[in-house]
Amino acid sequence: MAERLKGTRILLESLKKEGVDTIFGLPGGAVIEIYDELFDMDFHHILVRHEQAAAHAADGYARASGKVGVVLVTSGPGATNTVTGIASAYMDSVPIVVFTGQVPTYLIGNDAFQEVDMVGITRPITKHNFLVKDVNDLARIVKEAFYIARTGRPGPVVVDLPKDVLAEWAEFDYDRVEMKLPGYKPNVKGHIGQIKKAVNKIFEARRPVLYIGGGVISSNASEEIRELARLLHIPVTSTLMALGAYPGDDPLFLGMLGMHGTFRANMAVTESDLLIAVGARFDDRVTGDVNQFAPQAEIIHIDIDPASISKNVQVDIPIVGDVKIVVRDMLKIIKDIIQKKPEKLEQYHKDLEPWHESIERWKETYPLAYRRDGKTVKPQFVIETLYKITKGENIIITTEVGQNQMWAAQYFLAKYPRTFITSGGLGAMGYGFPAAIGAQVARPDATVVDIAGDGSIQMNIQELATAVQYHLPVKIFILNNKFLGMVRQWQELFYDRKYSYTCEEVQPDFVKLAEAYGAKGFIVDREEMVEPVILEVLQERDKPVVVEFLIEREENVFPMVPAGGALNKMLLV
Amino acid sequence: MAKSIEKRKKSGTEDAWWPRPVRGGECVEAGEERHIISVLVLNEFGVLTRVAGLFSGRGYNIESLSVAETANPEISRMTIVTTGEAAVIEQIIKHLRKLIPVLKVVDVTDKPHVERELLLLKVRATEENKNEIFRLVDIFRARIIDVSPNSYVIELTGDPDKLNVFIDLFRNMGLLEVARTGIVSLQRGRVTLKEYDPKKEV
Ligand SMILES: Cc1cc2nc3c(=O)[nH]c(=O)nc-3n(C[C@H](O)[C@H](O)[C@H](O)COP(=O)(O)OP(=O)(O)OC[C@H]3O[C@@H](n4cnc5c(N)ncnc54)[C@H](O)[C@@H]3O)c2cc1C
Ligand SMILES: Cc1ncc(C[n+]2csc(CCOP(=O)(O)OP(=O)(O)O)c2C)c(N)n1
Repeated sequence: MAERLKGTRILLESLKKEGVDTIFGLPGGAVIEIYDELFDMDFHHILVRHEQAAAHAADGYARASGKVGVVLVTSGPGATNTVTGIASAYMDSVPIVVFTGQVPTYLIGNDAFQEVDMVGITRPITKHNFLVKDVNDLARIVKEAFYIARTGRPGPVVVDLPKDVLAEWAEFDYDRVEMKLPGYKPNVKGHIGQIKKAVNKIFEARRPVLYIGGGVISSNASEEIRELARLLHIPVTSTLMALGAYPGDDPLFLGMLGMHGTFRANMAVTESDLLIAVGARFDDRVTGDVNQFAPQAEIIHIDIDPASISKNVQVDIPIVGDVKIVVRDMLKIIKDIIQKKPEKLEQYHKDLEPWHESIERWKETYPLAYRRDGKTVKPQFVIETLYKITKGENIIITTEVGQNQMWAAQYFLAKYPRTFITSGGLGAMGYGFPAAIGAQVARPDATVVDIAGDGSIQMNIQELATAVQYHLPVKIFILNNKFLGMVRQWQELFYDRKYSYTCEEVQPDFVKLAEAYGAKGFIVDREEMVEPVILEVLQERDKPVVVEFLIEREENVFPMVPAGGALNKMLLV
Repeated sequence: MAKSIEKRKKSGTEDAWWPRPVRGGECVEAGEERHIISVLVLNEFGVLTRVAGLFSGRGYNIESLSVAETANPEISRMTIVTTGEAAVIEQIIKHLRKLIPVLKVVDVTDKPHVERELLLLKVRATEENKNEIFRLVDIFRARIIDVSPNSYVIELTGDPDKLNVFIDLFRNMGLLEVARTGIVSLQRGRVTLKEYDPKKEV
């Protein structure tokens, strides 16, 4: 039934229709009337302390829940503060919709108070963006924004809302609103001929590797990938973005590949004769020198975005489509073949045995390793302990950026999709904590731990207030090396140990800081304290907890492929 | 770029300081190809910025870009001339297709097509060069569309090569200013970029 509503109400009713119950935001003049309306409605609004955190939190919420994250901020500085969060969501293909206030249409272009050209600023970092110029378009634009954000290759969408437009009234009947997107038709079904070709290639391969990426998670295709790998005994390596999409403790799992990938994953890719890339985008952190990347392999690439295919590495069998749908078709074809010739499967398993033996050898030669002295807290030990205690069950890990992120990726064997959440493409320090807040809001039952560095955590530390206010028991593990550690590592290895401005000599007392916000604080400076303290803080169900681990200051992340180098030329210790 | 300029100098063009264009007024580097891409877009606010921003943001070349409404006022047609290696051209087309208001993208380069560009050229008119101007206008089937006491504006339509040659001929003859539209192009025969009519589709 159509009814006449004010723009502000149309906006919020449209959100309801989209199934939105949670909004991350912070009000201001340009959106004050939306907030006025919000007061009387049934939304879960999380008031952040900085708009960047709203965008990261919506991103964390979206990744943990599989739903679209929603942000509401005011014009000008409120809007510009979200830019890093939008860029991170864009690079990592995360569906969020960001509503920004805007000055009234008659003032646009006038350098009005708190006016910025938000559509212009965010054009290159959004999947699409809108300026609403007529209240009669509002519902349609909201519908389009959500549709664009969550379909195809997901991504952030910005909707800029001039104040006067939302003060107007219009007919509202969301169910009958028609989208007008004639140019937008994501292709989800893969070309069946290509899929058959791929299946044939797989059966011909003797050294195949599945290289899975974030697309497996956005397509909710973990199960299909598991089935494919286990049916054919194909080893699996994952990008940073796909950790958890395949169980980290599975015997077929090789660990992460790339710059800080495991020895066996990088060797396997280098030696493979068939690389099956699934929802992964051949990022330079993954390929190293593209000319020496998987040099012997033919490449199958399944991706929903044609522009991802043959972008960095020439692909032999491209399949444009949604991972879940394509892999299902693939499995159907494979099962048909096996049903007709059961001996084919057995033979294939046998054919792959030498391959598995090589991989086993690589695993034994250089497993992930670090040295312990029984006293000093090693960052790897912290993560390993957290993993041992939780076994990856009912826990979501978010990370900041730098060494902390890589140790988390290497030593926490995430078991389920949507449980390892990190800013991969943009690598935005300050992401992890707000993302943890978003994840905790999405999954109140889960333990959420932000693995942090002392540098990164200070970029959004103010959100402790948010977490305290909403009783979000996020755990922050600060791996404190009093350095901007990852940069220091590069300076050590490639710049003659000149630690140019990477030493954080002055730091807050993190325990007191936590307490000042009304959170809990712990400090751990000996190895023996690691386990008991983690056990204790995991019990906390009401407040955020900060645990400061004083770690070995100059610990490095290994293996490491120097930037632009070949994947099999790793620094190992 | 420097290399290709060098090469042309040796080929003995009259005004050797100025690299003679290969096609369309730009030098094309080895391995790069010139492509004409026809694009239908929804005629909406900001669509030109999205296309132009795509090229600048990803470092693609735009040699020329022309845009105007089609027979359907809700749809505009852009003709983009760009240069790049084959893989880059492929990316350009894929990224254009990803833009939400873009309806259709066709690389017409290797398809039978016609291309035309409009040139307006202003030249100083003196007693001495007048006749030569008339002669050139005549030979090239151009038209003089403005006559002022000391200058003429000439209009010429053609493929870019023809326009380049025409401009060259005026260089030592009081050339004052040129304005070019960039190329527009259509495929030959019955083929069309099937225009989308938003009113027809429900
Ligand atoms: C300090 C630091 C170090 C890093 N080191 C590493 C490293 O060692 N190894 C590593 O792997 N990464 C590393 N990264 C992360 C890296 O920068 C990239 O973010 C990451 O490799 C990209 O992962 P991805 O290929 O899975 O792509 P994503 O960014 O997750 O992209 C997903 C791909 O899947 C496609 N897709 C999306 N949805 C679907 C669908 N439904 N169906 C089909 N396809 C879909 C998309 O089109 C896209 O091509 C590091 C980052 C930082 C900050
Ligand atoms: C916002 C932002 N600024 C700068 C960088 C560059 N950078 C990458 S890692 C890193 C060091 C991070 O230090 P810290 O958070 O202490 O983590 P550590 O590496 O020590 O674990 C820096 C500065 C970045 N990724 N993001």
